Amino acid sequence: MKEQAVNRISASGAAKIALKEWKKNYALYLLLLPAIAFFIIFAYIPMGGLIIAFKDYNIFTGIWASDWAGLANFKEMFSIPEFFRITRNTLLLNILGLLVGFPAPIILALMLNEIRSKYFKKISQSLLYLPHFMSWIVLGGIVYAVLSPKYGIVNEIMRWIGMNEFYFMADKTSWVIVYTLSAVWQSAGWGTIIYLAAITAIDPSLYEAASIDGAGRLRKIISVTIPSIMPTIIILFILAVGNMVSIGIEQPLALANAVVGDVSDVISTYVYRVGIKQGDFALTTAVGMVQSVINLFLILTANHFAKKAGGESLW
Amino acid sequence: METHETELDHKPVSKKLIGSKFSLGETIFSVIVYGTLIVFTFVCLFPFLNTLANAFSSSNAIQTGKVVLWPVQFQLDSIKMILADQSVIRSLLVTIYLTVVGTALNLVITVTTAYPLSRRDLKGRSVFMRFMVITMLFSGGMIPLFLLIKSLYLLNTLWALILPGLISAFNVIIMKSFFQAIPDELREASIVDGCGNMRYLLQIVLPLSGASLATIGLFYAVGHWNSYFGAVLYIDNQDLATLQVKLRNILLLAQMGTSIEQMSADSNFTVVQESLKAAVIVVATVPILIVYPFLQKYFVKGSMLGSVKG
Repeated sequence: MKEQAVNRISASGAAKIALKEWKKNYALYLLLLPAIAFFIIFAYIPMGGLIIAFKDYNIFTGIWASDWAGLANFKEMFSIPEFFRITRNTLLLNILGLLVGFPAPIILALMLNEIRSKYFKKISQSLLYLPHFMSWIVLGGIVYAVLSPKYGIVNEIMRWIGMNEFYFMADKTSWVIVYTLSAVWQSAGWGTIIYLAAITAIDPSLYEAASIDGAGRLRKIISVTIPSIMPTIIILFILAVGNMVSIGIEQPLALANAVVGDVSDVISTYVYRVGIKQGDFALTTAVGMVQSVINLFLILTANHFAKKAGGESLW
Repeated sequence: METHETELDHKPVSKKLIGSKFSLGETIFSVIVYGTLIVFTFVCLFPFLNTLANAFSSSNAIQTGKVVLWPVQFQLDSIKMILADQSVIRSLLVTIYLTVVGTALNLVITVTTAYPLSRRDLKGRSVFMRFMVITMLFSGGMIPLFLLIKSLYLLNTLWALILPGLISAFNVIIMKSFFQAIPDELREASIVDGCGNMRYLLQIVLPLSGASLATIGLFYAVGHWNSYFGAVLYIDNQDLATLQVKLRNILLLAQMGTSIEQMSADSNFTVVQESLKAAVIVVATVPILIVYPFLQKYFVKGSMLGSVKG
């Protein structure tokens, strides 16, 4: 009814309504102005800056005056020898991260939910959240210190039980494992918050019904808790898939070293090294753009399938 | 509130109904659950304790592998040596300044963005939401942002670390759902009393939002305190190096094993790299550890709110 009425009013009527709305809420619109300016300047202008990827960028003439290069930068991208390597590493580290890192907070949250001792639960949670608040520089420093072959505690323990010392951070395979597990260390505890919140919202009568049917605690987790938090799991999974290609830069930077460059060099570190350090802006913008586009594609695809499969989606 | 929760809790009911408190399966289940959590909690804590112990242990004890969780042959030389370094103190001050000013601006802008968006009667708010959410899905990336910062003449200023991260769309959404949880009747009542939008926000909404302001503030503050890559990207001037950049430089130097042992050989300090590295890490983390327990109860509540209603 109301919408129909709005549709029927004339242009001058619309202007009148807009004026009335403005008079009533002008303060709110003014409050939004800084945010609008912010997003235009620091989000949308850089998106426009992607135009560099299609230009033969010259620092001295600027973005607009530089010559168009068509797809030359993208062609060059495929011909650089590191391209295969950085793509492989980015995918490898991300897929491993998703396989190990995604279920970890779910399992932790399910376990925390079974704890009856309030104190144990509280203390455990506080400590699980802690690494999330440390920078990767600190965490990387700690990882290197703990795994150091000479003084590190892990090698010390290995010596006690009669094993040879091992330089974890200088071996490609163990570096990848350490990379994956350190990410779990940093974020799994923090990730439980969201699942615990979802678990709190489950209707207790479901558990009562399950008890009457003779379900034990494990059965209840499988048949009640997990299905009930499935929507949350799916949404977070979509988000995780959407970030598949966009590996952050701080973790690789903090953990990388010269010996394992072969597996630690990812798209973002490459863009930083070649783009910022060596000044090849056009090529690295193209590389970064491919990363952003693949991310967007992944998140839209994951969202689409999630919607089809279970009706859950981000929007 | 607490008692209400335990009343609704499913477990006491199930215990009564089944009486399976001591069944074998349940016992094994409990052992696995507690065991895994204890192990995982310990893994989260252990590296920090080990680092702390190293920072306060003598070089002799570290080299002979005696330090595990507790300082052996307690010494303060490593910490003193770090704090005697003028450039570390300088970077500490830079970081404190950045954290205070940055967080204050973040909070102001987040509130002024989230509040209008929380008002269901505001026309055009869904348009703005879309305008904002798009930026969470797609971005220009490192190079275009760098060139923008450069052309705004922000390179080598702390503004380069504050402005690009002024608003986190994610935090705005959390804040917005908090504001939406405030009953609308409150606003209607204050309108009747002649209260305008701004006055309502300042005198009624904000005083009610302490917990979520603390939460969001903590998120932003930790971000500033830990800021590393932005500082590497936009700042060459060593006088403006943040604590994390300084920390990274010291850790890298120590990794290459040259100048620090030189440093400690030159001075009266007798410490090994490991102890020194640990000391830098301790200096960089202690401030977070100090505020952490006080803010913890807020941030759990605050982020749950954001996640459930997001």
